[in-house]
Amino acid sequence: MSVKVRIPAPLRKLTENKTEIEANGKTVQELIENLEKKFPGMKDRLCDETGKIRRFINIYVNEQDIRFLENENTKLKDGDEVSIIPAIAGGRKDSAFLK
Amino acid sequence: MTKETVGESILDKIGNTPLIKIEKLTQGLKNVEIYAKAEWLNPGGSVKDRPALRIIETAEKKGKLTKNKSGNQPRGNHPPIILDSSSGNMAIAYGMIGAIKGYRVEMILPENASEERKKVLRTYGVKLTFTNPAEGTDGAIRYVHQLYEKNPDKYFFADQYNNKANPLAHYKTTGKEIIKQTKGRITHFVVGIGTSGTIMGAGKRLKEFNPNIKLIAVEPEHALHGIEGLKYMGSAIVPSIYNENFLDAKIPIKTEDAYEYARKLALVEGLLVGESSGAAIWASIHLAKQLEEKGEKAVIVTVFPDRGDRYFSTPLWCPIEEVVRGW
Repeated sequence: MSVKVRIPAPLRKLTENKTEIEANGKTVQELIENLEKKFPGMKDRLCDETGKIRRFINIYVNEQDIRFLENENTKLKDGDEVSIIPAIAGGRKDSAFLK
Repeated sequence: MTKETVGESILDKIGNTPLIKIEKLTQGLKNVEIYAKAEWLNPGGSVKDRPALRIIETAEKKGKLTKNKSGNQPRGNHPPIILDSSSGNMAIAYGMIGAIKGYRVEMILPENASEERKKVLRTYGVKLTFTNPAEGTDGAIRYVHQLYEKNPDKYFFADQYNNKANPLAHYKTTGKEIIKQTKGRITHFVVGIGTSGTIMGAGKRLKEFNPNIKLIAVEPEHALHGIEGLKYMGSAIVPSIYNENFLDAKIPIKTEDAYEYARKLALVEGLLVGESSGAAIWASIHLAKQLEEKGEKAVIVTVFPDRGDRYFSTPLWCPIEEVVRGW
């Protein structure tokens, strides 16, 4: 499954300043593993020691917060758009900027 | 606290905050005391009341915020609109002061500023524009510069990241208060850095009083973090008021530790404060332990910047059940 991933500014050091990248995975979990392979260090930023997505990071699949879907097990299909947004002070599931 | 008087403006209640001794989280420390400046008790609910007031009053004195600034103003003789970018607290301070003084206020915020902040700002009548949350506070900074450059006559650009009145507020008030409240005993000043106004301004005052006082900045461990109000300088647009050489040390902090200690402050000390206060106390305790190991005596002063109830909708407090269980 090839999906488009939007990278927030604080992570762009890892992606050679790319704001959008293509990656693969049948679930968000697999996507993160794939991101780690392509951009080493990414998983540590996104996940805690137990592999859970850090509390202050919001991940959206096609504008929907994965916390309202199946968290790390949220399924992905070809062409999905995934956004990683630091929830510096909250974050919203209906962000106009994700559209 | 200042004694009660009738007829004072709420603006007179900015500053002169209590210095609270942290008693329970410091149990086990023998030679190190930790105190926190209770900045959430400012009328706007955060430390930012201090720089906002000084920035606005300095502009008034310099004639930048008067009804006669320019003949090109879009609405007759209205004073220019106070404009800045903020992650929330500074915007609230401008909003409150603007309401009192009769200025219009327009603020640029990253869209992921907390809902509570947005509601408070709207209540003060502040016009809000949101920038892409993926670009963080730097995105809001870039946008506000563009907006101002297009409409210089319409706005007074307060520019908290570069306005010298920001650290000056802390030089004139925060630093002075800390010296008085500790009776000059302070040895270490531990502060989170965002604009860096607090550590640069209050720090200057402290160093002038006693050059041996150590200035220690608390900074997120990584660029991607969740501590509202703090900046990772390595990847951020660096404020011109910031001078890293002025610091004695930096303590990096994990977001999770800041959250945990913010909760502990509420549960154990009864202080409902935000995550940057959690970062401040974690770093202070971390430093205290190091000093104790070396057998040093110390009086650490830190700053608790804002109230915790501005974060109820954010990952700091949710889900609350987990917090209680975890403790």
